[in-house]
Amino acid sequence: MEHNLLEMNNIHKRFPGVYALRGVSLSLKAGEVLALVGENGAGKSTLINVLGGIHPKDDGEIRIDGKPVEINSVADARANGVSIIHQELVLVPHLTVAENIFLNREPKRGGLVDYKTMFQDAQRFIDGLGLKIDASEQVFRLTIAEQQVIEIVKAISFQSRIIVMDEPTSSLSENEIDALFEHIAALKAKGIGIIYISHRLSELPRVADRVTVLRDGQSVGSANVADISNDEIVRMMVGREMTRYYTRTYNQATEEALRVEHLTTARVKDVSFSVRKGEILGFAGLVGAGRTEVMKGILGFDPVLSGSVYVGGKRVTIKHPSQAYALKIGYIPENRREESLFGFRSVQYNLTLRVLRSFIRGVRVNSAKEQQITSEYVEKLSIKTASYATKIQNLSGGNQQKVVISRWLAAKPDILIMDEPTRGIDVGAKAEIYELMNALAAEGMAIIMISSELPEVINISDRVIVMRENRISGMLEKSQLSQEAIMQYAVNL
Amino acid sequence: METKQVELSSNNGTLKRLGRWFVNYAGQLGFLLILIVVLSFSAPTFLKTNNIINVSRQVSVNMIIACAMTIVLISGGIDLSTGSVMAMSGMVSAYLSFSGYPFVFCALAGVLTGVLSGLVNGLILANTKLPPFIVTYAMQSILRGIVFVATGAGTIRLQNQAYLDFGGSSVGGIPLPVLYMIAIILLTWLVLGRSKMGRHIYAIGGNPRAAQFAGINIKRIVVLIYSLCGACAALAGLVLTSRNTSMQPAVGIGSEMDAIAAVVLGGTSMAGGQGAIAGTIIGAFIIGIINNGLNLLGMDSYYQYICKGIVILFAVYMDDVKNKKISTGKAL
Repeated sequence: MEHNLLEMNNIHKRFPGVYALRGVSLSLKAGEVLALVGENGAGKSTLINVLGGIHPKDDGEIRIDGKPVEINSVADARANGVSIIHQELVLVPHLTVAENIFLNREPKRGGLVDYKTMFQDAQRFIDGLGLKIDASEQVFRLTIAEQQVIEIVKAISFQSRIIVMDEPTSSLSENEIDALFEHIAALKAKGIGIIYISHRLSELPRVADRVTVLRDGQSVGSANVADISNDEIVRMMVGREMTRYYTRTYNQATEEALRVEHLTTARVKDVSFSVRKGEILGFAGLVGAGRTEVMKGILGFDPVLSGSVYVGGKRVTIKHPSQAYALKIGYIPENRREESLFGFRSVQYNLTLRVLRSFIRGVRVNSAKEQQITSEYVEKLSIKTASYATKIQNLSGGNQQKVVISRWLAAKPDILIMDEPTRGIDVGAKAEIYELMNALAAEGMAIIMISSELPEVINISDRVIVMRENRISGMLEKSQLSQEAIMQYAVNL
Repeated sequence: METKQVELSSNNGTLKRLGRWFVNYAGQLGFLLILIVVLSFSAPTFLKTNNIINVSRQVSVNMIIACAMTIVLISGGIDLSTGSVMAMSGMVSAYLSFSGYPFVFCALAGVLTGVLSGLVNGLILANTKLPPFIVTYAMQSILRGIVFVATGAGTIRLQNQAYLDFGGSSVGGIPLPVLYMIAIILLTWLVLGRSKMGRHIYAIGGNPRAAQFAGINIKRIVVLIYSLCGACAALAGLVLTSRNTSMQPAVGIGSEMDAIAAVVLGGTSMAGGQGAIAGTIIGAFIIGIINNGLNLLGMDSYYQYICKGIVILFAVYMDDVKNKKISTGKAL
């Protein structure tokens, strides 16, 4: 009888106060890609940490090739052929590719590192995947996509037979994703089993053979990807019908809120567009096309070399972001943890940071007012938190994002720029944020949304601007929106 | 009925906050308690009113600097120049006093010297990406050099009675330095705990990039923080010069480290973004009581250094253990 490459049976894991895994089972065959999906907090990360030896299991059984194994450390995991590629890449930026691949197990000769052998071996592994990367290049000079592939090379160099990829596509552009999927296909052909974690259900048919859904620390089901629709997967993830996954009532736009003419900075060229009150304007394009950089020019992060910006019809000069914010422009940056969160501080602190003036006069703090502001948004956005004093780092990604959005809403902006507003958050929270955006636009707010998820751009935007290589390459009205139309402008055909 | 309920809930809130405060500082408070108990048994004079006043006065100089240092560390910085600023401010005021200027003028000039030194630190740090450790270390060296050159490494005796009284006299049995210390503690508490600027300081220390995206004027705050730190160091310099009845060019050497130790003992993170003045108060008293206790026990001052170092290591380790416990408990 043929054994599964990997079997995890009835895995349990408790942390103090939290029962993270309550009997999860999954199986993986050689040469198979198993997608692992579930809302944030469903137990995906805990499960791969169990498999990777970071948090040993409390109970249950792991079998590799049918034989029970104990994985109590990262070294155990390696010895059993398991490699995990984390969402945050853990390469050392100033070391070379080869040094990273052989970190801590450098080939030695006479007590010294044998660089010649190391570079040759590294290059052989890289060439084996058909990559055009020089093993002697320093890692920080590579793109995120290339760094990710180096992680894969590293896994192969460990003779890994099971590779776990945690949201590998979350910061890749479309053609980088295509390349990654080709690599995955090559790994499959070698008989390597892959566990693939992603929030992007639309990718699954392209990359995965089977899918296992986790919910609340339990596995709720597995299916062949070909036999199950995304709607069905979503239903399994949330345990309820998601009838209003995407909603948008189109508003007939009115007056102009923001107009940009021929904006040029060091990083964008000749950008012109306008957004009206009550409109959601989407910004699409590949990662690195210059979408965030346009906003940084408008907001005064990057010096404007030429061009002009009009807010409410009046020409303005913005040299510092605080000037933009004073003009009632809000900006929610794309990297929540690095650019928005004060992780050690409370929910209330994080939420009220932009409106301190409304409840602090000198050293007199109006705590009642502060709490009132917090509770208004906690209720309005249904933020789930144990208390207002809870450290924000203890909230789920979706709730963190809602606090960040609240921080800006509390300042009552007329124009809100949202950069990847739903990145890395679960589908339930996504739907809530879409509804919120819809409601804000209905109240007359002008919203600019940068997004790399095409379905999101198409369903939420009233109009879409597509960028390519630091310029605007196209503008699409609602009626013209389709994935193909956007991609045509986004890539150089 | 309704007012009663409100009262109850606010009472609960205060109790809860007090409880959280005790848990937060359990390590430090426990350590302080052990220290006090051990010393009160082994040194009979330790708990005498006289000695308590004495300890408070000895602590005051370090506490004044530690308060400012708390703000600096929370903002993610460090200020190694405070010891030299003490000497600068002492020297400037002592020279002016020697030339016959009234004490108030001398004191203001001394504090202004501190503000200016801090301003230079702040302007450099706000406008470059140089690390605070290096910038303020360089400032420490430059200022100390200036003091040695200007005094010819000699001391300046104080004759002005007002200057001598500034650090030497008492009001109602409480030494003036202790009152300055209380004032600076209150001021720091207001800035960190109650003002907009305080929240901005936590923000730039906790996540400078996010602070920038939130529209916080980081440069302005950095300049302000280091100027304030300079002012506090200058005040401490005036107090110490007055207590010594003379300005000595080597005054304050190494004192920045005692201040930093007090802050870190009090649970403020050297990585920035976390900490509070309450911890610093406990930390400064731990260090002060160790010094005082070892003196009372008649320990040779060279051995005191060794002992102090071991105690600091141990206390910080205990705090670290407690934090790990709390944070794993928080993963609940």
